[in-house]
Amino acid sequence: MSAQTEPRLRPVPAEQAVHGRQTYITVRGLSKQFAGSPLYADFNLDIPQGKFTSIFGPNGCGKSTLINMIAGLTPVDAGDILFDGKTLKETTIGYVFQNYRDALLPWKRALDNIKYPLEIAGKSKSERTRRVEELIASFDIRFDLSRYPYELSGGQQQLVSIMRALAPHPEVLFLDEPFSALDYEMTLFIRDKLQEIFRATGVTMLLVSHDLEEAVYLADRVLLLTKRPTQVAETVHFHAPRPRDADTLSTEDFIRTKARCLEIFQREVRR
Amino acid sequence: MKLLPDYRRWLRAGIVSPEQTAGATAGFSRLRTVLIGPLALVAVWWLAFDAQWVSHKLLPSPWTTVQSLWESVASGAMTKDFLSTFNRTLSAFAIAAVAGIPVGILFGSNQKIYRSIEFLVDFFRSTPATAMFPLFLLIFGIGDFAKIAVAAFAAWLVVVFNVAYGVMNARQTRILAARVMGASSWRVFRDVMFFESLPQTFIGLRMAVSVALVVIIVAEMFIGSSDGLGRRIIDSQQVFDLQQMYASIIASGVMGYGVNLFFLAIEKWLVHWSGK
Ligand SMILES: Nc1ncnc2c1ncn2[C@@H]1O[C@H](COP(=O)(O)OP(=O)(O)OP(=O)(O)O)[C@@H](O)[C@H]1O
Ligand SMILES: [Mg+2]
Repeated sequence: MSAQTEPRLRPVPAEQAVHGRQTYITVRGLSKQFAGSPLYADFNLDIPQGKFTSIFGPNGCGKSTLINMIAGLTPVDAGDILFDGKTLKETTIGYVFQNYRDALLPWKRALDNIKYPLEIAGKSKSERTRRVEELIASFDIRFDLSRYPYELSGGQQQLVSIMRALAPHPEVLFLDEPFSALDYEMTLFIRDKLQEIFRATGVTMLLVSHDLEEAVYLADRVLLLTKRPTQVAETVHFHAPRPRDADTLSTEDFIRTKARCLEIFQREVRR
Repeated sequence: MKLLPDYRRWLRAGIVSPEQTAGATAGFSRLRTVLIGPLALVAVWWLAFDAQWVSHKLLPSPWTTVQSLWESVASGAMTKDFLSTFNRTLSAFAIAAVAGIPVGILFGSNQKIYRSIEFLVDFFRSTPATAMFPLFLLIFGIGDFAKIAVAAFAAWLVVVFNVAYGVMNARQTRILAARVMGASSWRVFRDVMFFESLPQTFIGLRMAVSVALVVIIVAEMFIGSSDGLGRRIIDSQQVFDLQQMYASIIASGVMGYGVNLFFLAIEKWLVHWSGK
């Protein structure tokens, strides 16, 4: 591949694309309880590699807890979670929090926030700078990253959070309601950026969303959860070609898929 | 008003932009508002003096007081006392900060230690530091160091409590964010918890320096000191030189206020993200 034709973002290597159909994250026999009441009991889940998986379910059913357990932020009571057979320690992950204000480090400039995971990974200064420049180019950033997070708008801060999560080339990116604190315009903008990144890098993405339209729009698979004790009610696939745009929302396929998800969701809420 | 610069002329000459004048005008009007309180106090003081609401023996006129303050400062008579008090306060504060910050961090980062020590810290924080004077005199003798030690002890408790509180209340999401990036416990501590605790640490440091000043002044008054503002205040009261007494009170106020202002400035510069 010559230098000029190389895309700005890391392309999916051929062997990884094939690999992509395989199971990537395996959750086996997962149990978790809070204050004696079980949230998950013997829960199993497979997340395929290179796919976008949305997680949708009733309020308080444990969506955040689930991805936090997978990401190692919440300890499990029992069960195994493996990434392509590896443990979490051997895996690079990225995590985007809902509350960007509390997730960024306000004493570091936006640029240094993005570099921070690279610093932790022991990358050299020049490597860090190169990676950030790569990210700036692929995200088409027009605002000044030498500012402190609190000097940026909410949307800009969340963009910085996403760039920070992607900086160390994670194998999987977790997003817990990343748009819920943003206004509509910003949501649309970042949503499409995310889709672009997903297409360009093929990184496995796991999104918790409380907006069914958004969950379906972005997803290859929508994971619908039941009420507690939580199980997977059903997995709904959505195969619309990418890049998806506003027109996707009015296709018959989209409407049907969304209606199907809603039906399952309502059945589970009423149960 | 002749006192204010003529901005209209500067504007025409292009020296300042309209935004700048708007800012400056707002600044002046703020300054005017801020001055209302102090000016009113001086006015009431003067009225009370002039109308003899209070005996002239107890309340000298504001002008003679300011004059007395000015003379003491200009002649250098007060400078020595001012500096002694200042040095003692800073020594006590420095000891409190150096010994308090690490201990606060230790307590704050370890729930178990904190819970086992919480009662003691709270208890001694509620105990008047001045009640400890006799004890400290027994331990350290009647020299200068006894005063500094009591003040340092009182200030130390304030530092420890605030630093520990700051560390304990570090924003959980930030700690999780660092952990999910693979940061070690030490890194999380150094890169996140330390910075998270800084705003509260600075609140503690400011409170500590005030506490130290209070204790030092009282100590100078009552446990044999040959100099210091506390000594000066009580001496002038004994000989009924009330102008000098008020002047010294004002001088100690200037010290307390100045130190506080200094710390606020450092805080604003160093902990620029605080409250944002
Ligand atoms: N640290 C905790 N201690 C006690 N209970 C908890 C804790 N964390 C979560 N829970 C409980 O576990 C359940 C699942 O919480 P979780 O935040 O995972 O739900 P969620 O599906 O993300 O909810 P939401 O839709 O509100 O984001 C909730 O009922 C919550 O009260
Ligand atoms: Mg949640």
